[in-house]
Amino acid sequence: MRANLIFAAVTLTLTAAVLLSSYAANQPTANPSETSTADQGDSNFDKMMQVLTHKRCTNCHPSDGIPKQGEDSHSHYFGIQRGKDNHGFAATQCKTCHQTENSEFSGVPGAPEWSLAPDSMRWEGLSRIEIAKSILDPQRNGDKTPDEIMHHLTEHPLVLWAWDPGVNANGDPRQPPPVPKDEYITAVKTWFQEGAVIPEK
Amino acid sequence: MKISFTINGNATSVDVDDGDTPLLWIIRDVLDLKGTKFGCGKAACGACTILVDGDAVRCCSYAAKFAEGKSITTIEGLGTRENPHPVQQAWMDEVVPQCGYCQPGFMMATAALLEKNPNPTDEDIDNNIINVCRCATYYRMRKAIHRAADLTEAQPVKQAKQ
Repeated sequence: MRANLIFAAVTLTLTAAVLLSSYAANQPTANPSETSTADQGDSNFDKMMQVLTHKRCTNCHPSDGIPKQGEDSHSHYFGIQRGKDNHGFAATQCKTCHQTENSEFSGVPGAPEWSLAPDSMRWEGLSRIEIAKSILDPQRNGDKTPDEIMHHLTEHPLVLWAWDPGVNANGDPRQPPPVPKDEYITAVKTWFQEGAVIPEK
Repeated sequence: MKISFTINGNATSVDVDDGDTPLLWIIRDVLDLKGTKFGCGKAACGACTILVDGDAVRCCSYAAKFAEGKSITTIEGLGTRENPHPVQQAWMDEVVPQCGYCQPGFMMATAALLEKNPNPTDEDIDNNIINVCRCATYYRMRKAIHRAADLTEAQPVKQAKQ
C-alpha cells in the first residue's frame, strides 16, 4: 500500500511537471523585445528573417496547400485548403470566417485581404536563404521588383497584422514575431537599400 | 452607432453601442429572427451561417459594423412555407433534421454552395459543407444537397423576398 502511495505521488509529480513545462512552452512571449535574438544574429537580414520565419508569417505560406493555425502550426481545422485562388473553396472561403479585423468575441483573426500566400511563395520548411531567394525571384514573387517587395513587406496590412494578431479562441493573446515592428521595418528597408544581399549561410 | 442594411429583402437600421458586436446578436436579439443559431461562438460549428451579399458568413464572428450597406439573408428569408427554397424542400423530402438546431446553418451554407456550384460532387460537398451536426445527420444531408441541386436545376431559385 505504502509503495503504491509513493509510486502514485511520484507519478503525479512527474505528470504535473510535464504538463507545466508543456503549458509554459505554449504560452506566448510576454514582450517580443525581450526575446533573445543573440543566437540568430543581429544583422538586418537576420532581423527580417526572424520575422518571415515566424509562425505568424509561415502559417499562411504553407508548402502543402493547407493553412496552419496556432503557435504549434497545426493544420487548419475543418479540412480547409488553398483552393483555386488561395481563398479556400467555392462557398467556404477565408471570408466565411475571417474578416478585415480580428474578432475579439470569437478569437478569429482577421486583416484586409486575408488569404494564403500564392503557392509559389511556399515558405514552410524552407531555410532563411531559400525564402530570401524566393521573395527576390520574379518567377515566384508575382513578377515584383525588389522595391515592390520591400513595400509589401513593410506596408501591407496583412503583413503588419503579425504585430496585432489578436486573441485566440481561448481569449489568450497570439504570439507576435520576436522583433518589434518598427525594428523589422527599418531592417527590411535597410536590407533592400543596401542591395538585398543574401548571405551564403 | 447606426448601421443600415437589407435583411431578407427589407431595409433596416439598428443602433448599437459597439459596432464590433457580432451580427448574430443583432439578428436574434434586436431583429428577433431566431432561426439563425448560436452554436460555438468561435466560427467553428457553422450554426450561425447566413448569407452576406450571397456569400456564406458565420455571423457569430462578423462584426455588426461590417453589415453596413450589405444584403443579408437568414433562413427566414431563404424561402416561404408556400414557396420553399429548393434546399428547404430537399431537407423536408429527405427528412434531414434530427434535433434540428444546426440545420439552418447547414441550409444556408448549402444555398451558398449551390449558388456557386449548381451540381456539386461529393468531394465539393465535403470541402464546402463543413458545419458540425451533433446528431450526425451528414448522410441524409448529403442526399438532400444532391436533391436540392436537382430541384434547382428543374426550377431555378426564386428568392422569397428579393
